[in-house]
Amino acid sequence: MSLTQEEVRHVAGLARLSLSEEEETLMRTQLSAILDAVAELSGVDTSTVEPTSHAAGEVAPWRADEVLPSFPPQKALGNAPAKVGTSFAVPRIIE
Amino acid sequence: MEPTDLSMLELGRKLGSGELSSVEAVRACLARVDRLDGRVKAFLRVDREGALAQAELADRRRQEGRRAGPLDGVPVGLKDLFLTEGLPTTAGSRILESFVAPDDGTVVKLLRAAGTPILGKTNMDEFAMGSSTENSAFFPTRNPWNLELSPGGSSGGSAAAVAARMAFGALGTDTGGSIRQPAALTGTVGLKPTYGRVSRLGVVAFASSLDQVGPMTRDVPDCAALLQAIAVHDPGDSTSAPVKAPDYLAEIEAGVKGMKLGLPREYLELPGMDPEVRAAVEAATLALEKMGAQLVPVSLPHTRYALATYYLIAPAEASSNLARYDGVRYGLRVDGRNLLAMYGRTRDQGFGLEVKRRIMLGTYALSAGYYDAYYLKAQKVRTLIKQDFVEAFRTVDAVLSPTSPTAAFRIGEKVSDPLAMYLNDVFTLPCNLAGLPGLSLPCGFTRANLPIGLQILGKPWDEARVLRIARAFEREHDFHRRTPPLGAA
Repeated sequence: MSLTQEEVRHVAGLARLSLSEEEETLMRTQLSAILDAVAELSGVDTSTVEPTSHAAGEVAPWRADEVLPSFPPQKALGNAPAKVGTSFAVPRIIE
Repeated sequence: MEPTDLSMLELGRKLGSGELSSVEAVRACLARVDRLDGRVKAFLRVDREGALAQAELADRRRQEGRRAGPLDGVPVGLKDLFLTEGLPTTAGSRILESFVAPDDGTVVKLLRAAGTPILGKTNMDEFAMGSSTENSAFFPTRNPWNLELSPGGSSGGSAAAVAARMAFGALGTDTGGSIRQPAALTGTVGLKPTYGRVSRLGVVAFASSLDQVGPMTRDVPDCAALLQAIAVHDPGDSTSAPVKAPDYLAEIEAGVKGMKLGLPREYLELPGMDPEVRAAVEAATLALEKMGAQLVPVSLPHTRYALATYYLIAPAEASSNLARYDGVRYGLRVDGRNLLAMYGRTRDQGFGLEVKRRIMLGTYALSAGYYDAYYLKAQKVRTLIKQDFVEAFRTVDAVLSPTSPTAAFRIGEKVSDPLAMYLNDVFTLPCNLAGLPGLSLPCGFTRANLPIGLQILGKPWDEARVLRIARAFEREHDFHRRTPPLGAA
């Protein structure tokens, strides 16, 4: 399995990574090698096997709907790279 | 004899009798950190004032006759993946370099309740992705047995701190072997509990269906005691199981007589097995047989697919978990001309190469057109791997294997070849995929005086028996008592 440069760029876009050209080339080689190595799974007959998504029980437990204290806004914003009042500040997304 | 030569439980007894104080114990650890950690580099951050303040409180509790338990006053280290209020938590990453959590995670709260002063945060592979601690964004940690070598990873800082006796014990996390492999490579004891045994609330997430918190110690009873402190159901983590933990020390000395221990024939045929490791592990299994256990060949035929399965599932989950690092709410932000550019630049500058590699691999495996062939396929093979163990545990009480195919390797030797690095985890991964408890303990040394680890895998929720088997072996050997040459310096 050999990935193209375009495929690497497409996946990087999905993952919101701005890779340098050098990184793109390295990823292309290394991901292709890893995909070759994991291709052995295609030889396993799983036609009658259910997938396992979790090691724990597959059903999330219920709990009572109780109101518990949460962080005050200033504490929740304590690590914000930028903030305005009680909000996280981000670049404008609507012109 | 220095206080740091004591085990956690031995120190705890001396603290209880007043023979030693917690402040003295913390000072003894800090003195070793000062003397050794410039070379070992196990800690990312040492919290002197915090640890001494907690030790003073522990000493006061004792004077007032209200000790919190057997570990009250015993200083420990924490992998830098555990959120600690007021003390930075970096996950070994630039993207969290200046992050200070607003609250302690559940296991940290439990440790504080148990009274263990926290010495500091230990080094790790970035976001726990790696097997050598070389993927730390800050510096590699060195193996106390030979400073040219890696201590393993990703919990390499915790393992090195315990091996070099800079901490009495430590917590790590294990997604594919990140507690057991560094324990093996540093001659310490490490346990990954059953999935759901320990809360993950307040632990930076890597692969949520695999991650589990566990103890790293110098001997097996300490491992049991530290597990006891953290094995508590947490309603704040929906995967934390409402299963009551037994008293892990109650039957730890009961021996292995009559137990059936499985030897998977496929494990010794796996690629890259070092003959010295194989010999030591075989000798260990024979020693357990001599103590009255019955060795039973078992078959885990899908083990050979564990590596491929893991390296699809873990990156897929990681790519989803790490989507939260977007420069908006916490962590690094690198400005760009618009929101998308800000995301891309933040993540490109904040993440290291291995993390990017796994995000890319996971995103690819989850992307339209590839989901069925990669991610779904891996989940189905995971079912087969799990079923192998269900089948084996019909006839045996536990499964024995090497922890790692080799002893410690040279820093720089594998870091540029991801596939070679991934092979380190070939024995440890199946346990995470199946959600089982697994422990590594020292079972021998190579001719070059490097520790070798024996892995014991148990049935779900059967940590007590795993600990009992490990203790039976440990009691009749002195491997866990040997100290790294550095320790004498």
